[in-house]
Amino acid sequence: MSVVPAQAMPPGITGGSAPAKAAAPAGEAGDADGVPAPLAARARLFPALVAVYRAQLSRARVARIPLLFVATFQSVGIMVLMRGVVDGGEEARSVVAGSSVLVVAFVALNLLAQYFGQLRASGGLDHYATLPVPPSAVVLGAAAAYASFTVPGTAVTAVVGSALFQLPMGHLWILVAVIPLSGAALAGLGAALGLLAPRQELATLCGQLGMSAALLLGVLPAERMPEVVSYTRDLLPSTYGVEALARSFDGQPDWLAVCADLGVCAVVAVVSLAAATWAYRRAAVR
Amino acid sequence: MRTGAKQATGGNVVCTVRGLVKTYPAARGRRGAPATPAVRASDGIDLDVARGEVFGLLGPNGAGKSTLVRQLTGLLRPDEGTVRVLGHDLVRHPERAARLLSYLGQDSTALDELTVALATETTARLRGLDARAARAERDAVIEELDLGELAGRPLKKLSGGQRRLACVAAALVGERPLLVLDEPTTGMDPVARRAVWAAVDRRRAERGVTVLLVTHNVIEAETVLDRVAVLDRGRVIACDTPAGLKAMVADEVRVELVWRTEPPLDVAGVAALRDTAHAVSGRRWTLRLAPDEARAAIATVTGGPAFAALDDFTLATPSLEDVYLALGGRAEGTQGLVKV
Repeated sequence: MSVVPAQAMPPGITGGSAPAKAAAPAGEAGDADGVPAPLAARARLFPALVAVYRAQLSRARVARIPLLFVATFQSVGIMVLMRGVVDGGEEARSVVAGSSVLVVAFVALNLLAQYFGQLRASGGLDHYATLPVPPSAVVLGAAAAYASFTVPGTAVTAVVGSALFQLPMGHLWILVAVIPLSGAALAGLGAALGLLAPRQELATLCGQLGMSAALLLGVLPAERMPEVVSYTRDLLPSTYGVEALARSFDGQPDWLAVCADLGVCAVVAVVSLAAATWAYRRAAVR
Repeated sequence: MRTGAKQATGGNVVCTVRGLVKTYPAARGRRGAPATPAVRASDGIDLDVARGEVFGLLGPNGAGKSTLVRQLTGLLRPDEGTVRVLGHDLVRHPERAARLLSYLGQDSTALDELTVALATETTARLRGLDARAARAERDAVIEELDLGELAGRPLKKLSGGQRRLACVAAALVGERPLLVLDEPTTGMDPVARRAVWAAVDRRRAERGVTVLLVTHNVIEAETVLDRVAVLDRGRVIACDTPAGLKAMVADEVRVELVWRTEPPLDVAGVAALRDTAHAVSGRRWTLRLAPDEARAAIATVTGGPAFAALDDFTLATPSLEDVYLALGGRAEGTQGLVKV
């Protein structure tokens, strides 16, 4: 095997440190005279966020593509099933909108909760925690990447659903706002759940439950629910993404209401991402 | 006191640890998981690491090496004691650790699904380098560790040793005056090990980088370390150069006997040897004896009826493992101190 022969160095520390002293940059003189050594530069928020985002996006190529297919097929399958139950109108809109946003919930909430749960349980967070990177860059970068993963599935589901239920596709461009805003809200929630859950299995469970809630409360038409359940529906951030998308299927959408729904998504996104950042800090130093 | 026989000298200290205590609380038993008592993983640790030295933490599994390292890197808050790295108090400001040192942990989950090149580049970016510098460092370290052929492959598709090497690459990008490496060469072949130690040595010679190394590989400890602290149950039971530590048992010889089947205990000399054996593990006996005793023992087992039952024997000068045992380390510690 190795290596640096111990005999090559005089015994003790002097051998190792003698050339070192000569080579050490003056600025690193450290505490020789009680002066702390200068700290290396911190990674700035935006470049660090971009680096995390890019790395996370590349993971999709390796590990996530099958899951994205599952998310899309699941939503398309639900719409096909619901076709026998609802017959157009208001209900069809909420089915299509709910199924589309379900893709976002599956990926951004469920998968991100699992990812952070796993990272925390295995000690993988140590890697980030020992790099001078702002916690928000790690959380936002991962959340942005997971929200991006949802784009193809959500778009495909919305288009297929509109075709299935003969809904107008003219305002589907609203997805450009719905995906990032509900994606950010749900990814923030997923990240916070994954980082706060005391055990990995609980993180997975929370992610699954969140997704199930988004499925049941988002896809099923609200009018048919008991009153108590509809309150729960109002608490779920994905609901507002669903409503905004559903409204855009009207011939003359109520843009003010759409904006209000998206505004709720945005507020929830800010709050949940802040919570996730706090949870990350808490999980990183134990 | 044998501890600190060779302490680092005053003004040139990179890392100072004083009175470090960390206790993991007792866990209540649940279904399927028995209750565990509180564990004092660091039990009053004092250390000084000098600039430019390769300082090792040696000990069996569960001795508290990783717990100590996690406190030095700001990942774990000690219950008591101080940690100063390059003049900064890391107990009070754990977030500064990331700007002073580079840490290679035991887990690679955060990088597993990235390619070697992207894992290295991303780590460099997150260590504060701009895009161009990160790419340049990525290329340099991949070349240095001879990872070129693997650069485009995701870590999780690599063998254990290759993955570890990729993690070392990530730990080496972005200059830091202190490298904290937790078992960096686990699973590596000799070529990769040599590349790692050459890379570490280059940084030390050119930039005065200090290395704090966790290992339980005795051979590695003897060859790469300038000084070594031997840990047992959260305490530093010795701290010196490998040669200095071995001098403590220099008047002894290690004899290992391996029997074909059952040891011939009916032979009088063999029965006596069994009573003095330091460790008996199945058919393998390990003895530490004075040189003349060793000669007598070898004469006993190589002559007469005992020789027929003997499969193999070795006679060797003591290693750090013998030091560990002589210092009162747990006998089962031999399981943890691996000889490769």
